Amino acid sequence: MLRLENVKIVQDDFHLSADWAVPEGARLAVIGPSGAGKSTLLMTLAGFIDPVAGRMTWNDKDLGPIPPGKRPLSILFQDQNLFPHLTLSQNLGLGISPRLTLSAEEWDKVHAVLGRVGLDGMGARAPAQLSGGQLGRAALARALLRNRPLLLLDEPFAALGPALKAEMLDLVLETTAETGTTVLMVTHDPNDARRFADLTVLVAEGVAHAPRPTAELFANPPPALAAYLGQ
Amino acid sequence: MKTLSLAAGLACLATVAQAEIPIFTVLTYDSFASEWGPGPMIEKGFEATCACDLRFVTAGDGAALLARVQLEGADGAGDVVVGLDTSLTSKAAATGLFAPHGQPAVTGLPIAYDDPLFLPFDWGYFAFVHEKTLMAVPHSFEELAASDLKIIIQDPRSSTPGLGLVLWVKAAYGDRATEIWAGLKDNIVTVTPGWSEAYGMFLEGEADMVLSYTTSPAYHLIAENDDSKAAAVFAEGHYMQVEVSAKLAASHEPALADAFLAYLGSEAAQEVIPTTNWMYPAMTLAKGLPPGFDSLFAPEKSLLLAPEKAGDMRDIAVEEWQNALAQ
Amino acid sequence: MAKRLGPIGPALIGFAVVALTLGSAMMTAVQKPDWAFGPADVLALRFTLLQASLSAVISCALAVPLARALARRHFLGRTLLIRLMAAPFLLPVVVAILGLLAVFGRAGPVNQIITAIGVQPMSIFGLHGVVLAHVFLNLPLATRMLLQGWQSIPAERFRLAVTLDMPPSAQFRHLEIPMLRSHLPGALSIVFLLCLTSFAVALTLGGGPGASTLELAIYQALRFEFDLGHAAALALVQFALCFVVALVALRFDENPKFGAGLGREPAIPAPGGLRKILDGLMIFCAAAFLLTPLAAVILRGLPGLGSLPPGLAEALVRSVLIAVASALLAISAALSLAMTVARGTRWLEPVAMLPLAASGLVMGTGLFLAIHPILPPERLALLVTLLVNATMALPFLFRLLLPEARALLADYGRLSDSLGLSGAARLRLVTIPRLARPLGFGAGLAAALSMGDLGVIALFAGERSVTLPLLVQRLMGAYRMEAAAGAALVLVAASFALFWLFDRWGTRHAAA
Repeated sequence: MLRLENVKIVQDDFHLSADWAVPEGARLAVIGPSGAGKSTLLMTLAGFIDPVAGRMTWNDKDLGPIPPGKRPLSILFQDQNLFPHLTLSQNLGLGISPRLTLSAEEWDKVHAVLGRVGLDGMGARAPAQLSGGQLGRAALARALLRNRPLLLLDEPFAALGPALKAEMLDLVLETTAETGTTVLMVTHDPNDARRFADLTVLVAEGVAHAPRPTAELFANPPPALAAYLGQ
Repeated sequence: MKTLSLAAGLACLATVAQAEIPIFTVLTYDSFASEWGPGPMIEKGFEATCACDLRFVTAGDGAALLARVQLEGADGAGDVVVGLDTSLTSKAAATGLFAPHGQPAVTGLPIAYDDPLFLPFDWGYFAFVHEKTLMAVPHSFEELAASDLKIIIQDPRSSTPGLGLVLWVKAAYGDRATEIWAGLKDNIVTVTPGWSEAYGMFLEGEADMVLSYTTSPAYHLIAENDDSKAAAVFAEGHYMQVEVSAKLAASHEPALADAFLAYLGSEAAQEVIPTTNWMYPAMTLAKGLPPGFDSLFAPEKSLLLAPEKAGDMRDIAVEEWQNALAQ
Repeated sequence: MAKRLGPIGPALIGFAVVALTLGSAMMTAVQKPDWAFGPADVLALRFTLLQASLSAVISCALAVPLARALARRHFLGRTLLIRLMAAPFLLPVVVAILGLLAVFGRAGPVNQIITAIGVQPMSIFGLHGVVLAHVFLNLPLATRMLLQGWQSIPAERFRLAVTLDMPPSAQFRHLEIPMLRSHLPGALSIVFLLCLTSFAVALTLGGGPGASTLELAIYQALRFEFDLGHAAALALVQFALCFVVALVALRFDENPKFGAGLGREPAIPAPGGLRKILDGLMIFCAAAFLLTPLAAVILRGLPGLGSLPPGLAEALVRSVLIAVASALLAISAALSLAMTVARGTRWLEPVAMLPLAASGLVMGTGLFLAIHPILPPERLALLVTLLVNATMALPFLFRLLLPEARALLADYGRLSDSLGLSGAARLRLVTIPRLARPLGFGAGLAAALSMGDLGVIALFAGERSVTLPLLVQRLMGAYRMEAAAGAALVLVAASFALFWLFDRWGTRHAAA
């Protein structure tokens, strides 16, 4: 269970508070107007921003003192998910060993995961040689290799076309379902939330509201969400 | 880490060569100890008799050498100093870091010089050197100032020849020194930090004349077989540079120091001087000066301020020079 | 407190730099502090500021169009030309002056042409000569710093500009000005500070005592008057000046907000027509200005190669060893400081710039006084030289690395953190490969600067520690101008080879 207990985030004149929990294995959409703090919430969970109050726990373990790389989570950013000077295999290998000292079996695993996300045989390529969709797949593949119980998606597929984005989300669904990974996904598209998430967190007006079942939330939107949706 | 251990290795390299025989340290200026200077031959000659390991520690020039001695202070590692000149001796004496040399006075100077602390080992005259093809060579500072010849001189604040020049003008003209400098201002192409830059620029053709020594043409004649250079004779006389050696009070090897100063004044060491340091020896050599030196002129008038006077005059002379040229 | 000082390693490097620079001045001042500045000192201060400002402004004003032309034009031999044009900065000052004299001097080709068309010959001596020499020595550095700025603009941004059909002027406003705003203050302040401590150039080409610099006043106080207190006071004035300049530069220093690209080689739009001709002219003139004196150095040196002294090989090996060791030391320290400052430990930034204002003479003297009671200083000559050379090179490398370190942190800091990349692994996998270009260039610079530096070795030299520049000096002091020119050529070749090797390592590893 991911729990946020009275978490308060303050950055200059920006405020955000959250006080709720997500059950393990849930798929959660984080939706809200831009600038409301969706990304900030994820960055705080990932350890790049320290909350000024409250605590965050994963299965009762306090995340606060844990450095970003050691937290039980993987994060995909909007861009810059791969190092341009490393090959695809090397980028993925970092998911297994941050020192990039992999055994033969571990390299096999890297190549297997590449195949799993549809990038078979592209391990030697540099990121600059890949398309946007392929870059997203590669980043996802590394998250799979890291095999952390929590996956944070900060709109990594925002730049992709609808069909490609749907394909990527399906891939996320498929692969995380196998491992029972808890997924938090920032999105500004209600369709993504409906398609992907059983729970949705609305971030608006300085508050990240407690998650509610997605269908129910959209059927009966609170005023802030209604305003965002233009209803 | 690698760089650190490499550095330590380098430092060790410098210290390995420790011999069992006593180390005898001579503080001198760079060109004295260089391969082409008198250093190597004098080292060889002295080591043949002293049962010691002579080592040179060098500073840029005479002035830097004195600064080095002062930096080391009363617990310095040096035994003798070779290469101060007479414009520095009063200041050097005042440091109290030198001990009497106890050697007899030298006989080869055109003037009398007897100082309990400082013992001359060579000497020369400052002079303006030019190509022999130069028309209308000036024969005094006044003629030079009146001409439109271009000269390069050295800065008296950073070089011994430069200091020698301002003392030369001061010794020859006294209170008229400022006037002379004002007249020379438009002849001076530039002022260099040291002798070598000035001489190098002269050889490249940047000026008609350069401040150097009357013995400079002998170098070109003997070492390069080139007799195209000459030194201009100035009627007011030529200022002398007398280079001296001295024993340091802090010497750990005072007996060796005495022996070294005696050796430096001996025929064997003195005959090395003309063709390595390109100066006159401090004694009359039994076999005479090397061929080439005979073609040099001997100034009719030797100028040299007494050490105390040179010390007093130094600051005034430099200031006059600076004020006249900086305007 | 500990938090404000930042991580312990870089903080220690910072303290070491302060100790070596300010500390050595203090060590010198301990004798007897002397703050009585005469009119000559004031004059020296005024000339120092005047020539340094002119030199910095002119160097950078020329470097902008030159770097821009080099960044957007591609022609055969471009990489070679860029490397060659860095050469003047790597020249030992005395050699550079003689090279300039060979071209611009009384008997040089420039004056021959001028007199042939009936114009009065010009003299290289005077304020203009000092500025000319400083531009010659520093234009390469300023150009390289700005060229790296151009290369730091992601290719995507230029592509966007082309798509939007931005004319070159608009590109300049939207992409290049923001880059210049972050790179130009650094270049300006470095050239200014370099000229601030200039000694031989100002004195040799200045034409007289009116062209005295502070560094000369320090030299005079130290070596001629043996007035350590006065030397230290002058050195502290120089420090204060440096600090003011560094602070002003910091005020203008900001990060360009480009965001990362995919590491594609920038393809900067190259407009045709008149602009192409102007770019070509700019490159041609700069190359001629920077390379003809170099050619003169080579021509002068060739005959001397036949009469090289036997001690040359030994001195060469010694110089190369010191150069490589001090380059590695300097680049490691600079990288550590740049990454730490990029992470927000700001106090280290002015500290890293301190050595620029440090007088090598004062540093050497301070170290001498510190070492002397313990060991004969000449035993540590090579170690001290290595340390001082590394310290003197630090500011350049730091300036070079800082913008890149900031960009690296902005672009890949979170990604690296999120993957748990830290310590040696992060250095090996992210920092070094991403910063290979400035690291290689910086190490090359440090090595070459160390090769050409006469500096402290002159104060410490024993007979077993002759370096190549000292050998050149000794040859010149012994009338052996031809052999000196030959040895200087060997020195230049060795500096250049070292620079080239490091720089090539950088460009090789900066691929992708």
